[in-house]
Parts: sequence; structure tokens; C-alpha cells
Amino acid sequence: MPQTAVTPAIEIDNLRFKWRPNLPEVLHIPGLEVARSEHIFIRGASGSGKSTLLALLAGVNLPTSGKVKILGETISALSGSKRDHFRSDHIGFVFQLFNLIPYLSVLENVTLPCRFSDIRKHKATTSSESLDEEAMRLLGHLGMADDDLVHRPVTELSVGQQQRVATARALIGAPEIIIADEPTSALDSDTQEAFIRLLFQECEESGSTLLFVSHDRRLESQFERHIAMDDINQPGET
Amino acid sequence: MPILSLALKSLLNRRFTVSLILLSIALSVSLLLGVERLRVESRNSFANTISGTDLVVGARSGAINLLLYSVFRIGDATNNISWKSYQRFVKHKLVDWTIPISLGDSHRGYRVMGTNQDYFRHYRYANKRNLAFHQGRSFDHTYHAVLGYEVAQKLNYRIGQKIVIAHGAGETSFVLHDDKPFEVVGILTPTGTPVDRTIHVPLEGIEAIHSDWVAGRQVPGRQISAEQALKQDLTPKVITAFLVGLKSKIATFRVQREINEYRKEPLLAILPGVALQQLWDLMSVAENALLVVTVLVIAVGLIGMLTVMLAGLNERRREMAILRSVGARPGHILFLIIGESLLLSMIGVAIGLLLLYGGLLLAQPWVESQFGLYLPISLPSPREWFMLGLVGTSGLLIGLIPGYRAYRYSLADGMSIRI
Ligand SMILES: Nc1ncnc2c1ncn2[C@@H]1O[C@H](COP(=O)(O)OP(=O)(O)O)[C@@H](O)[C@H]1O
Ligand SMILES: [Mg+2]
Repeated sequence: MPQTAVTPAIEIDNLRFKWRPNLPEVLHIPGLEVARSEHIFIRGASGSGKSTLLALLAGVNLPTSGKVKILGETISALSGSKRDHFRSDHIGFVFQLFNLIPYLSVLENVTLPCRFSDIRKHKATTSSESLDEEAMRLLGHLGMADDDLVHRPVTELSVGQQQRVATARALIGAPEIIIADEPTSALDSDTQEAFIRLLFQECEESGSTLLFVSHDRRLESQFERHIAMDDINQPGET
Repeated sequence: MPILSLALKSLLNRRFTVSLILLSIALSVSLLLGVERLRVESRNSFANTISGTDLVVGARSGAINLLLYSVFRIGDATNNISWKSYQRFVKHKLVDWTIPISLGDSHRGYRVMGTNQDYFRHYRYANKRNLAFHQGRSFDHTYHAVLGYEVAQKLNYRIGQKIVIAHGAGETSFVLHDDKPFEVVGILTPTGTPVDRTIHVPLEGIEAIHSDWVAGRQVPGRQISAEQALKQDLTPKVITAFLVGLKSKIATFRVQREINEYRKEPLLAILPGVALQQLWDLMSVAENALLVVTVLVIAVGLIGMLTVMLAGLNERRREMAILRSVGARPGHILFLIIGESLLLSMIGVAIGLLLLYGGLLLAQPWVESQFGLYLPISLPSPREWFMLGLVGTSGLLIGLIPGYRAYRYSLADGMSIRI
């Protein structure tokens, strides 16, 4: 299939997944499509398979059957190393908590994906003079460009600050897809809103597709499109 | 390699634990190398005990026994050699020089050796080095003595001092030749060989102090004074052993056979190099035991590293999940952990080398003065490099254990972060 700008960011075709053959099926998603630059809110109770779905989209795990296409590439058919490359080139992640590598500085944490992806390194160094400068630019947008903050050990940052550093890391090198897995669950409601606004702003600027996963319905209203796990996922049904 | 720099940073982050591991690896490495140096140097100094001598000749007994009493001043001869037989070989046409050795007396635990000027002229040690005088000169009178360096140092003796020789070799012999004291006229420079622990006197001196002795005891009522003894014929009737230098090495086996087949008296001639080798082989058990212990010490150091790395692994599953999310492959995770153990063992080896050289620098003068052993501060020998390489490789191999576990974790966990 020719890869054009109009290919969707994500296409799922009859995806099924079990963690292990003897465990019950966690996911069965007959179909799902996400257009480029869309901002999507995926809601579901805890244990409903949200994180599992993200791991499949990222190509960390492989579907038991069915297809996952990202940016027109059927990643479920790629080899392990190609999937790892694809992920580092095209997907940025923010997790719920403790997103940062404790032995790296703020700047090193932000530029970490560029160690694994030449594409993102290249993109980052074209939008700024150097990697560190690009990291500082992104941190600046997120209100974190304080010289003092940047050089402190990441373990001394507040949870909100840590999440913003993690966001800068997801954004560096402008990956096409940003995946945020309950990034605000550890934040209080004021910081939650500010955080989501920042995330939107940045994704819009780089034209990235945003998948935002949460069990918290209150955040839903800020997104143009919502998906409930219960609606798309029918595990165990044939 | 980005992963190696991550490994380094992760180690720096755990400075305290890491420095303890490094310390244990470094100590065990320096112990290993230190023991190796001591072994090599004591072997060298052992092989250096005697040099330039082609044959050692004594009464027939074992080769090692002969070497022990004639060169190392350990143990006693079972029998003597008659002066006549000795003279027969002094005049042998293939013999260049000989050194007579007469043992049996001592002074405060140090062996007294009767010999003549040929000893100072021909005796060689280490790399064909001659004996030299630290102070004074050689003996030229029956009651003169020349001390080995250690004797003079330990007993604090000076030139001109009078010493009394005891009969027999015991540490505290009560039978003294106190009627015939010897005057110290020379002190030799240190050699790192048994020469340092020897008191040298002329053969005539040995003869004189035994002139009024019969069958190992002084005959009562027939004492001969020191002065009177000088007037007697002091040519020895027997000696204990003699060293032979030949005009040509090619004749060694021929002369050896001739001595061993000498009909008038049962003699034994040995090649000192061969006997030294045999003697050293006897001690190789101790040498190997030492090596086993140091290898075990290294193993303890490396197992310590393994324990710490395995213990920390579970806490690091989150870190691995984060790395996976930014594109690290499971292989990267494997290399991260192996890289850490490789760095640990390499830095440990480097610090171990520093400790070794520091230790050598401190211990060198002391070891030399105490044991006459010179420890050179030289670059590692090929064998030592090999040992260091082995430690590094073991570190790498041991790193495979936590590395493989981390690899399995990262495959099983994927990106799911577990606390
Ligand atoms: N690494 C794993 N191995 C086995 N089972 C897992 C693993 N991760 C998650 N699961 C299981 O998959 C199901 C979905 O989990 P998850 O996707 O984490 O839910 P959510 O993110 O929606 O809370 C749960 O039953 C969970 O126990
Ligand atoms: Mg989850």
C-alpha cells in the first residue's frame, strides 16, 4: 500500500490479544481508526486493557491475531528490532508516574529518545542548534526552563514537574504520535488541567496525533473525540 | 555507544554500593598480582642464589640435600670429603677453579663457613655477580672473619669486633670455641642470597678451633691455646663440599661422571641449576595453594558484584520499561547490565593495579631489607596481563547472569511499569 500523507495515524483490524496462552483474552477490537493530528481520549476502568492496547500500538507486544497499522506501516508484521526502531522514531510516551530515569539529569532525560532514534535526533537538531537547546526550548514551553531546575537531580522534582519533563521527552524530535497513559492521575485537579492544555498546545504545534488514556471521565470534555474501551473492546467474543 | 554511557551514569548514581564493589574487586586484583609478583621474584631470587658454578660436589647423599647444605646452609652433611680427594680435583686439567666449603659451626644461629680466598674471587650469584665488600676487606689471618650483610645488620657488628664461634649448628649451642675468638675484618654487600646469613672464616681457622678436639669434644687437659694452634700445621684433613668452575661448559657432564665414579671415596657432583629446579618443584605445592587462595579471593569479589547487581535488578524494572518505551531493544537492556559489570570489573582492575603499585612502592624497601627480595616496580608481565584479562572476562561473563534476567524481565514486562 502506498504510504501517503492521508494514511491514518492508527488502524486496527480485528485485533486479539492474550498475555499468555493460558490467560483469558484481554483485547478483541474488531476495528478502530485514528486520523492524523486527532486528539483522542480513551476511557476505561482500571484493568480494562488500556495499557495493553497502548503496548500493542507501540509494538512492544504483538497481537495474538489481527493487524495493527501505524502511519501506514503494519507494525504487527515487523521484526522485533524493526518495531523497536519504529517506536523510537515515531512514538513519544508519557506514563502515569516516575517517568524519568533517576540517574540522568533533566536534560539527559528529555534527550533520551534521540539516543535511540536518528530521525528524532535529526528533527530535534534542525529545529534548534543542538539537542540541549531543543530540550530547553520544549521545557521552556512547559514552564520548566529554569536553569536551577534543569540541573537538579530528577528525583528532587515535584510530580507535576516530573510529568512536564516526561512530556518534553515525548515531544522531542516531533514524533507523529504521542501516547499518554494516565499522565495526570498523580496530579491534583488544577495542575491536571494546566498539564492537558500544555500537551494540546505542543501536539498542535508539531501536528502530532495524541492518544490520551485515563479512567477519569472529568477530563473527557477537553477532547474532540472520546473512545470508551467497553465500546471498542469485546474480549472473549468470537 | 550510548548504552555504555548510560551504564556509567547508572553506576555513578549508586556511588556508595559501587565503590564497595570496586574496593573488593580492586583489593582482590591487587592481592592476585601481589602474590604473583612475590612468587616470580622469589623464584628469580631462588634461581639467583648461585650462578657461574658448574658443579657442586659433596659426600654421596641426595642431590637436594647437598644443594641445601652447601648453598642454602640448611641441614647438615652426612659425611665429609677428604682433603686428598679434593686436591685431586683441584688439579684436574678441565677444572678452572674450586671453592672449598667447610661447615659445622655457627654463631648465634648463623652458620659459619670455612673457605679460602677463591670464594671471594670466584663465587657468583644472580646474573654472574661477584661478591663485594660493604666494609673492610677479605680475611688474611687464621682468626679473621668476614660477615654476610644480614649477620652484621641483625647482630649490629662492626669491623674490629671479636666474635666467638659455637660448636654445632644449633641456635643456642653451649659448647663454645671461646678460647679462640675471631676478629671481624670485612662485611659483604647484600646479595639477597644465603651469603648474607653466613659468617666466613679461613679453612685454617676452622682447623685451629678444632685442633684440641677429638670426636666432637674438647679433650680435657690437652687444651691448645690460640697462639699455639697457629704453630701447628693447619691444612684441613676434611672439608664438607666444594664448588667447581670448569674451563669449558662442554666438559660438565664428563667431569660430573668422573667425580661420581671416583673410586677412592663416594662423591656426588650435581649441576646446581638442575637441583635448584628440583627443589623449586618440591615447593610448587605451596605455590599452587597460594594461587588457589588468590583465585578464590577474586571469585569472592566477583560474586559480591553479582549479588549486588541481582539484588538491584527488581527495583530497576521501571527504568527498563522507560528505556523500552523510548525505543531501547531488549538487547540494549542486556548490554546495559553487562556494560555495568564490565565497567565495574575494568575499573576494579585499574584501581587494583594502582593499589598494587602503591603497595609495591611502600613495601619495596621493607621486603628488601627483611627478606633480601627485590620487588621491581615494572609494568605488568604478559602473564599478569593475562590474569587481568581473565578477571575482566570473568566480570563480563558474570554480568551475563543479571543481564539475561533483565533481558527476560524486559521481554515479559514490555512497557508495563510495575512498582
Ligand atoms: N505484563 C503483563 N503480564 C500479564 N498480564 C498483564 C500484564 N500487564 C497487564 N496484564 C493484565 O492485563 C489486563 C489489562 O491490564 P492493563 O492493560 O494494564 O489495564 P489498564 O491499563 O486499563 O488498567 C489486566 O488483567 C492485567 O492483569
Ligand atoms: Mg494502565
